[in-house]
Amino acid sequence: MQVKNEADITLTINGQERSFNVPVRRNLVDFLRHDVGLTGSHVGCESGICGACNVRVDGVVVRGCLMFAVQADGCQVDTIEGITESGEAAELQQAFLERNALQCGYCTPGMLMTSLELVQSGKAASREEIREELSGNFCRCTGYHAIVDAVEHVMERAKP
Amino acid sequence: MSSEVKVPTRVHSSPQNLVGRSVPRETARRLVSGRGRYLDDIHGGEVYHIAYYRSPFARAKFTLGDLTAAASSPGVYRIVTGAELAEVCSPWVTRLDMLPDHVSPPEYALAIDEVYWQGEPVVAVVAKTRAQAEDALDAIEIDWEDLEPVTDAKLALEPDSPLAHPALKSNLALERKLVRGDIDTAFKQAACVVEQDFSFGRQTGVTLEGRGVVARFDPRTEELVVHQSHQAPFQMQEIYAKQLSMPLSKVRVLCPDVGGAFGIKLHAYADEMAAVAIARLLAVPVKYQADRLESFVSDAHARDAQVTARLALDARGHVLGLAFEGLFSFGAVSLYPRGSVGEALQLLEMCGMAYKVPALQGRVRGAFLNKVPTGAYRAVGQPLGSAVMEQLLDKAAATLGIDRFEIRRMNYVVDADLVEDSDAKLRGLSLHQCLDAIQAEINYSQLKQRQEELRAKQVYRGIGLCTFVEQTGVGAWLYGRNGVAAASKESVRLELSASGEVLCHTSASESGQGVHTGLAQIIADTLGCPFDAICVRTGDTQSDPVGGGSWASRGLALGGEAARLAALDLRRTVLSVVAAWKSVDIDRLEIDHGVVSIKDGEVLCSLQQVARAVHYDSTVLPMSPPPSLSVERSFTPSKKPYFIANGIQAAEVEVDIETGQVKVLDFWVVEDCGTVVNPLLVDEQIRGGVVQGIGAALYENCVYDETGQMTNASLADYLVPMASEMPDIHVSHITTPEPETGLGAKGVGEAGTVGAIGAIWTAINDALSPLGVTAQTQPFTPDVILSAVLQQG
Repeated sequence: MQVKNEADITLTINGQERSFNVPVRRNLVDFLRHDVGLTGSHVGCESGICGACNVRVDGVVVRGCLMFAVQADGCQVDTIEGITESGEAAELQQAFLERNALQCGYCTPGMLMTSLELVQSGKAASREEIREELSGNFCRCTGYHAIVDAVEHVMERAKP
Repeated sequence: MSSEVKVPTRVHSSPQNLVGRSVPRETARRLVSGRGRYLDDIHGGEVYHIAYYRSPFARAKFTLGDLTAAASSPGVYRIVTGAELAEVCSPWVTRLDMLPDHVSPPEYALAIDEVYWQGEPVVAVVAKTRAQAEDALDAIEIDWEDLEPVTDAKLALEPDSPLAHPALKSNLALERKLVRGDIDTAFKQAACVVEQDFSFGRQTGVTLEGRGVVARFDPRTEELVVHQSHQAPFQMQEIYAKQLSMPLSKVRVLCPDVGGAFGIKLHAYADEMAAVAIARLLAVPVKYQADRLESFVSDAHARDAQVTARLALDARGHVLGLAFEGLFSFGAVSLYPRGSVGEALQLLEMCGMAYKVPALQGRVRGAFLNKVPTGAYRAVGQPLGSAVMEQLLDKAAATLGIDRFEIRRMNYVVDADLVEDSDAKLRGLSLHQCLDAIQAEINYSQLKQRQEELRAKQVYRGIGLCTFVEQTGVGAWLYGRNGVAAASKESVRLELSASGEVLCHTSASESGQGVHTGLAQIIADTLGCPFDAICVRTGDTQSDPVGGGSWASRGLALGGEAARLAALDLRRTVLSVVAAWKSVDIDRLEIDHGVVSIKDGEVLCSLQQVARAVHYDSTVLPMSPPPSLSVERSFTPSKKPYFIANGIQAAEVEVDIETGQVKVLDFWVVEDCGTVVNPLLVDEQIRGGVVQGIGAALYENCVYDETGQMTNASLADYLVPMASEMPDIHVSHITTPEPETGLGAKGVGEAGTVGAIGAIWTAINDALSPLGVTAQTQPFTPDVILSAVLQQG
């Protein structure tokens, strides 16, 4: 049997349809970073624990390290660059800055991805529930307190 | 910047007074937008990627077998061995002049013939991609002869123990004593003696971004350029020049955005040294980026100490004497260049320092073991010192029936006790104020009442208290005096550019603490320029003034003072130019918001106009030669070894004695870091430190088996604190400005960690007190808690 090491994929990245030939073993975050040049998503653990690589695939936030690039064939993939450009994360990003909800910033793109999904879900959440929602994103610098403040602030404002 | 020169028309009615204000970190906008530029994001032509074959054994001899299969693996450029690399990179040995007995084995960039810890790099594969380099690792053939490793500190110091390294005469890496007063009499006369064992687990820093380097050597110019995720670029420049036998001037080290450091990125590691040496040897650009699994078995480990301590008190609760012994588990070598001794020495120096302790006897020892080398990690030894003392005081208070706040209050050191010159560093602490503040802040009597009520329902809550004193802004006393080539000063060079922008090049680097925002606040206030006219740059040995970097809580304490001094100098220069130019007496001039005016309100010119006159048209100036608009100043403490910050932390925890789970319900910090330049940044910095302390106390532990294998070296197995387990953390401040500087700031980067560990120790043991048992092994896992509960008589 012929082993196929590479595959052609076509996907929509941050709103633009693009085609690539990728090694089948390349995971989604490495593909985005090294083949597409979108270095905003980060690699922290490569085992699905830290959330630094969180990106949105077909509207759902996933671990970029736990998915192969070929699995994103035909999908809509959104990264931090995309949600910045579109402005949909603007309020959260401003809140992160105003509350100093980041230090080194390495976890921040993933943290924003998760936070945005929570904000956009439209559900109400207490501080404790916000903490639960963010518990798949590791931040080693802040005490999480300011991140919770920022998300809480934006959720308050998003209330109907 | 347009070429149009701004002409000021009015004087602002009030000064800016940015110092002390919560100015958001505008420079972080890049980071929240996915435009950070970390090590692995650096582009610039094709680079080869390096993967290391790392030792699977803690202690073994090896013979390299056939490497041709690996060398011909797809994408592989070269296989590099230790012997080849030793041709261009000499081994390094950690030496500390003040500790001549501390003899570390030499360390090579890649192992030669023997390995001394699991994870030590042995062979390097240089390939087109990291994946291809990793593929080739599987084809490397090595014959191993597994030797008996030394993995237990106590056994390592037995006379018949094998040696962790053949270059050692003994596994005893360090032995230091500190004796003050008459300890025997203190314990003989004591009405109360309390004693406890303490076990502090082995931790590591877990920076979310791993360590890494991108290195290029250009044989045409013989220049080496290294991008590195590091805290101390000048230190690394020195090291690369020395190990590769190159002139310092031919080595340039740059630090891009750094994704967390915490002391872990302060050392020289074999894998990074090897990558840089490979760039030199092969004259090709290379990248090495540690992955998470490698980080666990190569990043500095920390803490890992067994401590026994005793406290003697009189019947009223006054401390008479403190005696303690600490045994530390180091790794196979003393980490270069600062050594692995800091953790032990800081326990020795800091334990009990906040208190009046008439008689003291401390001894610390460290053992070389076949484990990952240990080194600086946030707060270095100080959390251990605080935890030990606070836990003993709580025990004594319980034994004597004294209130826990009262026993601290009556024993705190006060200026009147500090008569020796060597005690000068401790003068002016605000221990009593901090204690009073936290007692009010936590509403202690109410907390205690609730605790009592819940105990009746078999709900075990505990209130933890931990006073701390902390070394910040550490000067040349620590490393310079030890012959370590690491700058202890911080420097700032300010340039007024023709655009009117103020360029600030500084050695005070950062990884998100906000140091650069703080420096800009200080410069804006002192010089009188707009905040957004200041551009702070750092992390380049070619353009920055020499200084330490970011370690030992120094950014604002030292870098901030250097910025203030430089801004004062630049202000004076500007005023002298304007005085000559406009024929006005210099004493009548002032600068604010970038406008130079006469004190009666008449506007003279903008800073930009001054700059353009000096840089472009000095014919208008009656000054020859034209003055320089670039000034550089440095600062390091000179009257004392460091600036002491202090504070107190409190925790409320609930211990489930059925499951052994500990939940942190609430947390408070009252902290005195002198002048707070930016409360927004300082507060979350403290909280981040607290969370690392809680992580240490409850979760984090590098678990080794008896063969020297780290058995939980992944982020799935090594537990770190996540948002859901952490409490809100309330931070408040007492402000006692540091008298040695005009700015008055002390450091704050490690404060959270220094006290949080002890706050959790005392909280858990307060919770367990009705059971009459003590938990004394950190991290306080469910197993540890349940074992303690089972001790119940």
